[in-house]
Amino acid sequence: MEKHNINHLRELEAESIYIMREVAAQFERPALLFSGGKDSIVMFHLARKAFWPAKVPFPLLHIDTGHNFEETLKFRDDLAKEHGVQCLVRFVQDSIDQGKAAEETGINASRNMLQTVTLLDAIEELKLDVALGGGRRDEEKARAKERFFSHRDEFGQWDPKNQRPELWNIFNGKKKMGEHFRVFPLSNWTEMDVWQYIYMEDIDIPNLYFTHKREVFNRDGVWLAKADFMQLKDTEKLEIKDVRCRTIGDITCTGLTLSMANSLEDIIREVAATRTTERGGRADDKRSEAAMEDRKKEGYF
Amino acid sequence: MSEFQDKQDGYLNMELLRFTTAGSVDDGKSTLIGRLLYDSKAIFEDQMEAIERASINKGEEHVNLALLTDGLRAEREQGITIDVAYRYFATPKRKFIIADTPGHVQYTRNMVTGASTANAAIILVDARNGVVEQTIRHSFIASLLQIPHVIICINKMDLVDYKEEVYEKIRKDYNAVSDKLNVKDVRFVPISALKGDNVVDRSERMPWYDGTTLLYLLEHLHIKNDRNFNDKRFPVQYVVRPQKAEWHDYRGYAGRVAGGVFKPGDDVTILPAGLSSKVKTIDMMGAENMASAFPPQSVTITLEDDIDISRGDMIVAIDDLPSVGQDITFKFCWLSEKELMPNAKYTLRHTTKEVKCVIKSVDYKIDINTLEKITGDKSVRLNEIGKMTIRTTQPLIFDSYEKNKITGCVILVDDATNNTICAGMIV
Repeated sequence: MEKHNINHLRELEAESIYIMREVAAQFERPALLFSGGKDSIVMFHLARKAFWPAKVPFPLLHIDTGHNFEETLKFRDDLAKEHGVQCLVRFVQDSIDQGKAAEETGINASRNMLQTVTLLDAIEELKLDVALGGGRRDEEKARAKERFFSHRDEFGQWDPKNQRPELWNIFNGKKKMGEHFRVFPLSNWTEMDVWQYIYMEDIDIPNLYFTHKREVFNRDGVWLAKADFMQLKDTEKLEIKDVRCRTIGDITCTGLTLSMANSLEDIIREVAATRTTERGGRADDKRSEAAMEDRKKEGYF
Repeated sequence: MSEFQDKQDGYLNMELLRFTTAGSVDDGKSTLIGRLLYDSKAIFEDQMEAIERASINKGEEHVNLALLTDGLRAEREQGITIDVAYRYFATPKRKFIIADTPGHVQYTRNMVTGASTANAAIILVDARNGVVEQTIRHSFIASLLQIPHVIICINKMDLVDYKEEVYEKIRKDYNAVSDKLNVKDVRFVPISALKGDNVVDRSERMPWYDGTTLLYLLEHLHIKNDRNFNDKRFPVQYVVRPQKAEWHDYRGYAGRVAGGVFKPGDDVTILPAGLSSKVKTIDMMGAENMASAFPPQSVTITLEDDIDISRGDMIVAIDDLPSVGQDITFKFCWLSEKELMPNAKYTLRHTTKEVKCVIKSVDYKIDINTLEKITGDKSVRLNEIGKMTIRTTQPLIFDSYEKNKITGCVILVDDATNNTICAGMIV
């Protein structure tokens, strides 16, 4: 008797690849949103698998807040070069300079929210009809209700109460002029799945995910990295700690984990034992209970 | 180190099981899911803190596990679940995907959506109320979508003093219902989601129950045979043609195997053209020249002959052909507030193919509370279920839903709004 079963990671992989191919078949101008974080790296790996031996038939798009970990940008550029893929970058700073977005002020100022403006402008400028994102349903409550194919109106907005039913593996990408889709091939993955997959497939990730010494300070129980544009409160002081990133996002709101993990095995062991969610370290989600839902309705990732 | 290797191997060898949960508003469905997540340690401290805060804000005495699954603002305010939400947890044996669907009558479409990809359905019955109309409705949907395994969770056993008679009566009543339905594998578990009895840990308060806990059942359901490994079906999704010198003549057909086991050397027919060829290679980056491909794998197939094949075509076994035709009869669930328009054209999606169709007849509808057929009423409204016959502009290559879910399902799309308005299971 032959055994015809595959493990959960291969099944998730097969589903994601199927979604990527649907996107390439159903849309004219896709782009893959790329932040340099592990989810977008996995997304690109899956895209390569989906179309191999041909090249990935769409470009990467990075919405750059200007508040990055430097290592991320280098990793992004190296990856694009190695695989001969076009990487488009659009800057939040440009949206601010054009007066379309207003910089937040105060101690917790972040450009995370402003990315929405730049993203929607980029979609319009590049005439994209779909943007592939690495969002996962396990990340946050509002995301748990998102479809694989998430319809956006002409203002880029999400209407959570009026989503299209999504049945079996049939995906409806039909839309009117000016509307677009966000597609989330990793919808069914969890943080653990992503790490196990990176381990199984031996995917290269930025060193930021492994332990390193860094100047950090503690704000409301979250360790944040020192950066020139970050203001410190009087009570906050810089310390050098052994930390690693659990997620990589805008440096102003990416919490660091105190960790000595320096291999994928260590990370997987750590994730298995961890008692807080990945986004627990994300200051952007803590603003209110519906913070993510509100941002998504406006057109956030 | 060896300890880690074992655990790691365990993790990498997990199976995936998708299940849906259905229940009435007060059956304790959200509490059950909260309990599964909480007891299997899939709830993190910060999530727990968030719902503790929310519970206190609402003036509740206990931590309300139901708040974990109520994602959207409107739901938290109204205390109901209004859409399908997906939840994840894992044990060393399996990774689970829960499609959590609300149980009110107006949300049949959400239940159908959640059920479409499920290996198993959990149907909650309140021990105090027994089998009610909603139980019948949920079971009917499970049978309509042919969910292979149905688990009846008799909840709130704590409120009936954990009495065996209550459990036995509900079992008997339910069996009378399921006899009329096409549900294959039915299991019963008496639980208290609130107190945790028989959910993850065995209850000491029901010594008369000799079955397993709910979680154990979910971990051990036999799901390998839920897929069709007999009839070769490969809907072509995308044609891969690398513009690279080293792959000059490569022409691959990318897709997800919908049925059967494909191997290099297999004699195949390409539909609808009817041409024959042989499978040359089965490819995947990192695993070129695979020995076989089977559901649900996504692969790229190359053929020995140079044939013009495009998206929407299907590669099948030469001696085991699916049906090809333009007159299709299917059981339906209407998903839209916009009613069926008798003479309108709709877009139909089936596997990777898209065609136009017209509705020829609404053969019958079913009252899902009494399971009686209604004939003569040609109107079709939101959440209604029945059977219809359509004619497509081009032939479909299909199987019955019973034979193969993937090649046996369709959706209809309304061209005015682009909304998905109907789900169909080919008879």
